[in-house]
Amino acid sequence: MTTLTDPPAESFKLSMLVYDTRYRSITFQIVALVAFLTLVGWLANNTIQNLADLGKEPSFAFMTDPAGYDINQRLIEYSSQSTHLRAAFVGLLNTLLVAVLGCATATVVGVIVGVLRLSGNWLIARLMTVYVEMFRNVPVLMWIVLAMAILIETLPAPSAFRGDDPAATMKVFDSVAFTNRGVYIPEPLFSRGLGDISVFGAFGISLDLIAILLVLGVSIFISKRIGKKADATQEATGIRPRTWHLRTAVIILPTALLLLLLGFHFGYPALKGFNFQGGTHLRNSLIALWLALSLYTAAFIAENVRAGILAVSSGQTEAAAALGLRPKRIMSLVVLPQAMRVIIPPLISQYLNLTKNSSLAIAVGYMDITGTLMGITLNQTGRELETVLLGMLIYLLISLSISAVMNWYNNRVKLVER
Amino acid sequence: MSNTHADTVLYVRDTMLPQSEPPASTIGPAGWAKQNLFSGWLNTLLTVVSAAFVVFLLYRLLPWFISPTWGSDSLSSCRALFEEIGRDHEGACWGVIRDRWQQLLFGFYPAELYWRPILSLILLMVALAPVLFVGKVPAKMLIFSVIYPFMLPWLLWGGTVWMPIAVIAGFGVGYLVFKLVAKVGPGGLAAIVATLATVLWWLFLTAPVAYGLASVLPLALEPVASRQFGGFMLSVTIGVVAIACSLPIGIVLALGRRSDLPLVKWLCVGFIEFIRGVPLITLLFVASVLLNIFLPPGTNFDIILRVMIMTTLFASAYMAEVIRGGLAALPKGQYEGADSLGLDYWQAQRLIIMPQALKISIPGIVSTFIGVFKDTTLVSIIGLLDPLGLANAIRADTDWNGIYWELFLFIGAVFFIFCFSMSRYSMYLERKLQTGHR
Amino acid sequence: MKKTVFLGALTAAGLAAGAAGATTLEDVKARGTLNCGVSTGLVGFSAPDANGEWTGFDVALCRAVAAAVLGDQTAVEFVPTTGKTRFTALASGEIDMLARNTTWTFSRDVDLKFTFNGVNYYDGQGFMVPKALGVSSAKELDGATVCIQTGTTTELNLADFFRVNNMGYEPVPIETNAEAQQQFLAGACDVYTTDASGLAATRATFENPGDYAILPEIISKEPLGPLVRHGDDEWGDIVTWTLNALIAAEELGITSANVKDMSSAATDNPEINRLLGSEGNLGEMIGLNADWAVMAISAGGNYGEIFEKNIGENTPIGLARGLNALYTDGGLLYTPPFR
Repeated sequence: MTTLTDPPAESFKLSMLVYDTRYRSITFQIVALVAFLTLVGWLANNTIQNLADLGKEPSFAFMTDPAGYDINQRLIEYSSQSTHLRAAFVGLLNTLLVAVLGCATATVVGVIVGVLRLSGNWLIARLMTVYVEMFRNVPVLMWIVLAMAILIETLPAPSAFRGDDPAATMKVFDSVAFTNRGVYIPEPLFSRGLGDISVFGAFGISLDLIAILLVLGVSIFISKRIGKKADATQEATGIRPRTWHLRTAVIILPTALLLLLLGFHFGYPALKGFNFQGGTHLRNSLIALWLALSLYTAAFIAENVRAGILAVSSGQTEAAAALGLRPKRIMSLVVLPQAMRVIIPPLISQYLNLTKNSSLAIAVGYMDITGTLMGITLNQTGRELETVLLGMLIYLLISLSISAVMNWYNNRVKLVER
Repeated sequence: MSNTHADTVLYVRDTMLPQSEPPASTIGPAGWAKQNLFSGWLNTLLTVVSAAFVVFLLYRLLPWFISPTWGSDSLSSCRALFEEIGRDHEGACWGVIRDRWQQLLFGFYPAELYWRPILSLILLMVALAPVLFVGKVPAKMLIFSVIYPFMLPWLLWGGTVWMPIAVIAGFGVGYLVFKLVAKVGPGGLAAIVATLATVLWWLFLTAPVAYGLASVLPLALEPVASRQFGGFMLSVTIGVVAIACSLPIGIVLALGRRSDLPLVKWLCVGFIEFIRGVPLITLLFVASVLLNIFLPPGTNFDIILRVMIMTTLFASAYMAEVIRGGLAALPKGQYEGADSLGLDYWQAQRLIIMPQALKISIPGIVSTFIGVFKDTTLVSIIGLLDPLGLANAIRADTDWNGIYWELFLFIGAVFFIFCFSMSRYSMYLERKLQTGHR
Repeated sequence: MKKTVFLGALTAAGLAAGAAGATTLEDVKARGTLNCGVSTGLVGFSAPDANGEWTGFDVALCRAVAAAVLGDQTAVEFVPTTGKTRFTALASGEIDMLARNTTWTFSRDVDLKFTFNGVNYYDGQGFMVPKALGVSSAKELDGATVCIQTGTTTELNLADFFRVNNMGYEPVPIETNAEAQQQFLAGACDVYTTDASGLAATRATFENPGDYAILPEIISKEPLGPLVRHGDDEWGDIVTWTLNALIAAEELGITSANVKDMSSAATDNPEINRLLGSEGNLGEMIGLNADWAVMAISAGGNYGEIFEKNIGENTPIGLARGLNALYTDGGLLYTPPFR
């Protein structure tokens, strides 16, 4: 197409804008730009006119008004007198919480199921196929609603724990209560805690947690240094000094000491009044959403994992077997690391899907960003344009960050080809 | 020399032994079980645990499932029936399915017109056959595949038959204008003018022409408002319309994303990534609460049309990525071959690239369709009566208030049948395509 | 290529939309149907039956308005709306009126720019608890788990009630009444709170209604009524006076059974005559036919009949008239005179 030899020195003609490849691309782009801007302008113009007709003015001022409603699961301080902005933030944290939990669980379940689908055990392989097909071919919204219904219908109500001869009892040494309002587990408490540090005056982060993470980080760093030193000794002398006891001690002792200093103990849930008090309350809306999302996504991940494993040529397995590796080690040392490269790109989109599907939380009353900002706030203020656009922007940012992080990881593990 | 053997060995067998049977433990059901179920202690354990799990599930679910309540006409009559036959445990109340299955499948579509959606579905299969089963169906059937998209809305929504014909006539108008202008001016200009003429025809002349013809020769089906669509029919309609409409948009976006023109490329990338970055439910919120604000004052589509618009945009972003995958999978030689034949960009796309890329993309397109079809359940959140929405509405009826699992089981089963058969087909196709390329 | 069908559909829809823009009454008459927003499903108030026919207390009001305007009670398109979509649907003109047990509040009237056309059900937010809980007053609910329907005023009332009384609670937000019922029956929440009518309606469908009690406290005023957009007073008047006509009909003893007889010959009660169009020109004033009220009343009967048929004591829902009795019977229903 670009075989113009010695273009004659000609004067510019209008038709060259279309026919001359030198100008054509510019012409096209200008046409596209004008068309795009016209479209945007048209939409904006319509919006302004429609809003004027409705007597509404786009403004985010309502975000600082008191929200007026309560949220059950809040990772930061919140009351009905807090602002809509804060309610949105509570929702955002809830979205992130269920997304992170879901992605982690889905990965683990997906890998296990993907491997088991290729198992030699006929029954297991068939069961896994049934699981994968069942979850892949029924809408996720149905699974979420079903998971919630199953939790509500099969677990005992807190009142079943009451009385001298209760119908239900707490499990795991009387420390965990499974109820149809959720699961109550022991919570870590510090009798000599350091309190919270306020960030931007908006929300608090536990200083205890920071201190523990800091000490643990330093310990791990030191332990790694010891390991490196051992490596160096091994390379120099051929003998590897025994370091495991030292390394274990370095990791465990300082943290344990710190926990002791802070007065670490567990707070156990106990039935008081209408509900269990104390302990951490994992609400069944969270559990249902978490379970349904991760099992649904895991079915897809399992298929990716299976495809990834099948993509590793059988020569690799045979070679590893010839080296005398046992089947389990072949899988973990030879096949999976190679399959990873095939698995990761679709895994990224599964993570994205899970995060986006978490917006179905409203079906079970989990207060995520869709439930707070695009749900109750929208209802109570009637600000559709602002809340929905803001919500979309937030989801877009979450999605873009996930893809950015995962793409970075993918580039790191990618096989570097010539 | 020949005697050496005889000297050193006392006995030499000179006939073959008959083949003996394999050991009993390796053949037959027992051998199969040993090999596939009980090889090693871990496998045995897994087998026992999972078998116990299956038995437990069946033990718990079957008694509920088997329940003679098909004839009952309300939840209370189910309960009375259990009392009567002295069942101590609750069973399923299947009467709700008998009472409402038509509603779950067709929504509020007039019962005497059920043949129209059913016919549409059958014709859809016929229209898809030449695409899906290449080589087994005469290629002439493709003509029907081209006409079908115009027939579908007419069959479902009804109205005068002249409407789809007038819409098809738009292409004829475009073609004529193209020929006329191409005689006097450059082809590019002709294409632009022809497109413009077609769009103008659709915008301003289609309706008058159609109604004019209708008044002369009234051939019409009884019109059905889209509000009467519901249940699985609504899901399928939204899914089919979204996929059919998103195919051309997806192709344009995919080409745009692979284009050398940076501006076009970034516009396409921006659109695709935006749509893929937000959940469908937010797009449905836009459809339900914002779309009217974005359009000129006074415009008022009904909600189902708005949902179809947003679902189409949603599907086209995913479609673009599927087709981009198909384009990327084509060997570079195809592009170079097209160039070497002296074809221009559009000719190359039309004659060489797209037919192959689309063929490779079909499994991806099918899975996009499955995804969109499943995602249509989300419309229940904005108040449309898809199967899940209808389930809620049915439970609001005093007769069936309190019913739960039966409806979900039915809806889940129908979804499963639809999606499972489609995914099986897509796998079959994938295998076929793979062998074709090796 | 398939895109074109879509464009065709868009064009058709656009043309249909082009006809809009006149007054709502003209729109409705031109269209031949009334677009009425109702709940996606609330026992007794609006739900589709097996044939897809909508029935219920709110639905009956839509039918009465359709009958008054178009003379045909079946000329209604019911648009199911959720708590989220109802106001947008009305504001955007997708529906002509909303009859979805919507509470008349200041901000909805003033800020969201709607006009409420009276009250068709006086309600208040109440609490329902299992009797086994041993609670006799809402003040004893400190620390309870409460199921609420989201997207309604009940959410805000609840937050205020517990804050003012210095009690803690755990809200469980729920989308539909059916889900709330499931959670409540399974004991996943101690208390279910919504409008008292909804509580009674829900309780009526339980297997053992006697095991549950509705607490005496009513923590809010919930006047539920139909509403239309601001700025089209003629249309607002039609909805208002159709509702009033239904109430007046009960007061004057006009029922669906005798309305035909009463309207055919002038009675000796001048108000009945004015209402039924055999005297005066009320219909002309409101821009409708003279027999508009006759049509509205024969659609589903007067207010009392509608109440008894859909939610009254002889239905499974079994609501007493209470506040919704005529003022002559100690209730709040009091219609301005037809003069």
